[in-house]
Amino acid sequence: MAEAAKTPRQIWMSVLARASAAELHLHLQDAPQLPDFRTLRGPEAGLVMVRGRAGGGGAAFNLGEMSVTRCTVRDAEGRIGHAYVSGRDAAQAELAARIDAALQNPDRHDALQDAVIAPLAEAQSAARQLIQRKAAATRVQFFTLATMRSDS
Amino acid sequence: MAYVAVKGGERAIDNAHRWLAEERRGNPEVADISTAQIAEQLGRAVDRVMAEGSLYDPSLAALAVKQAQGDLIEAAFLVRAYRTTLPRFAAAEPVDTAEMTIKRRISAVFKDMPGGQLLGPTYDYTHRLLDFALEAGFTPPAPAEIPAEPEAMPRIHDILGGEGLMEQDAPSDAEPFDITRAPMQFPAGRDARLQSLARGDEGFLLAMGYSTQRGWGGSHPFVGEIRVGSASVDIVPPELGFAIDIGDVELTECQMVNQFAGSKTQPPQFTRGYGLVFGHSERKSMAMALVDRALRAAELGEEVKAPAQMQEFVIYHCDNIEATGFVEHLKLPHYVDFQSELETIRRMRADAEREMMQQAAQ
Amino acid sequence: MSLDLPGFADPVQGSQSTFRAVLEAMAHPGSVVTAGTDLTPPAPLCQSAAAMLLTLIDGDTSLHLAAEAEAAREWIVFHTTPRITEILGEAAFAMALTMPDLHRLAAGSDDGPEEGATLILQVQGFGHGNRFDLSGPGLATPRLVQIAGLPGNFALQWQENHARFPRGVDLILCAGTALMALPRSLRIAAVREG
Repeated sequence: MAEAAKTPRQIWMSVLARASAAELHLHLQDAPQLPDFRTLRGPEAGLVMVRGRAGGGGAAFNLGEMSVTRCTVRDAEGRIGHAYVSGRDAAQAELAARIDAALQNPDRHDALQDAVIAPLAEAQSAARQLIQRKAAATRVQFFTLATMRSDS
Repeated sequence: MAYVAVKGGERAIDNAHRWLAEERRGNPEVADISTAQIAEQLGRAVDRVMAEGSLYDPSLAALAVKQAQGDLIEAAFLVRAYRTTLPRFAAAEPVDTAEMTIKRRISAVFKDMPGGQLLGPTYDYTHRLLDFALEAGFTPPAPAEIPAEPEAMPRIHDILGGEGLMEQDAPSDAEPFDITRAPMQFPAGRDARLQSLARGDEGFLLAMGYSTQRGWGGSHPFVGEIRVGSASVDIVPPELGFAIDIGDVELTECQMVNQFAGSKTQPPQFTRGYGLVFGHSERKSMAMALVDRALRAAELGEEVKAPAQMQEFVIYHCDNIEATGFVEHLKLPHYVDFQSELETIRRMRADAEREMMQQAAQ
Repeated sequence: MSLDLPGFADPVQGSQSTFRAVLEAMAHPGSVVTAGTDLTPPAPLCQSAAAMLLTLIDGDTSLHLAAEAEAAREWIVFHTTPRITEILGEAAFAMALTMPDLHRLAAGSDDGPEEGATLILQVQGFGHGNRFDLSGPGLATPRLVQIAGLPGNFALQWQENHARFPRGVDLILCAGTALMALPRSLRIAAVREG
């Protein structure tokens, strides 16, 4: 999904899907306590079939599955939060669902966005940029015989 | 086939497994290896287990490697068995490999690709000399970094597509065949073939791909592009009704370019074989792309004569879990089968001897 | 919103014990077993019907929902992620509150009788209503049952369903927390009221 086309909720769900339970706990210390909740489904482990396209852009094919944990909660303020996160961390899925519910509450949104989502998004983006910088350092700078001659 | 139920092995089996557990642990004076160490430091083994186990989960694959004492086919088997215990929540939207966060990207056909050639963490150009520094425990220097502006990295057919010289993909949103849900039928569609190849045995596919280069299903392949990186996986849960991104998978993609003389319906052009594999697995993705192209022979109007072009041969034999199951089942008791064979052979011998005596008497 | 209502408190335990219960019901046609006692399903589903859906339906099964069960659709989809089909004859499972004509459901083929559909039908209750005499596999001697909420021509429809064995439709009847199974192998005769 292109980043630019994402809604705010799609963005925070994507950030939460990539954050470990430990990271979520750590950042939640800087935000007001999450409301009580009741679990409607999960947290439960399952699979998602990952698909590719023949030739990169043709008809879809099934590549193989990945492990996923999902959870849905309803918090004491009446909001329903969902999480589908890669891997098998039930604590992460439950926290992500609770945070998703709380972020939908305008009274809670900004504090959680600032304390949890923004720093995690920044760290995730920094990790991607680090890979790009390392990759850039291995970029081949071809020079042809002609340019070699003109250099000398 | 008949098997005979045999009792009395229970204690022997328990004791054999206890010994196995001790052997797996090895010398207790040597530190126990953690699954995190395996995931971090034996990443290519973990990648292979994820690809052939057909389940992307590095920590599970690392556990399987540990449990199988590094026997990667046994480890893939453990992972396949595990995945059957879990429900499938959804099928993802097809990953967009053009949007990957790229670690490595090379082309053997275009020097000046838009986006450049990025070597990434590669074994190419190493001298294949054992590095004894690793034996002593070694902290490598930090990799070099160069500030990078995000740059578009178009795929090979997007570059050559304009002239019509490169076969183009035919996009389709048809629901793909799933070999884990429906029995394979031949001729199989390319979707079913690619799914089989993606989880096929690396060694088998390597040999099949190699055979096409050596003239068995003649092709003259070029690596159009290999890219390694991570792609986000999106699903659309029915309760939400919009796409959400659930995490990343590391993938290796190979576009293999082959010359094609043309057919009644198509002009001469380059065709492509495609490889896409979980993890960083260049050899596997290249072999897959070679075999994918070879298996397209019939649909491109080429004569099917080499093993790598024969769908049934390749698809039915590329799965190492199935293959190991059928080969290794020969270890199980076949006492009844063998008794009957023994009697058959005795009877045939007696008949043959009687015949010889009769002939001698005449 | 029906999403608000949870499924099994413990999905593994809940679906395994329900599966055991329906196995028991199938093996002993006409016996009444209990399922879904700890569930609070959305209207109009009763507890045993909800337990059946949570146990038998998943992403690999197709399900047809009768229009009168529409109010529970969101809950069913959320907890079981079925492949919903609007065409009754294409469904592996169907959930209904009034019995559709049995011949409209998939009956499978002689080569693939397992493709015959299972109808989960919510009825008014057992122990009252019309009387039926059951006999066949699973019953050493004929068993008399009372079921309220089946259509008037049920015995006739069932005769046709049974006649095409091994093809045919299996029926799971649900009322409250009670459940009764009528497998296609069963012979059913209406007992005249007297």
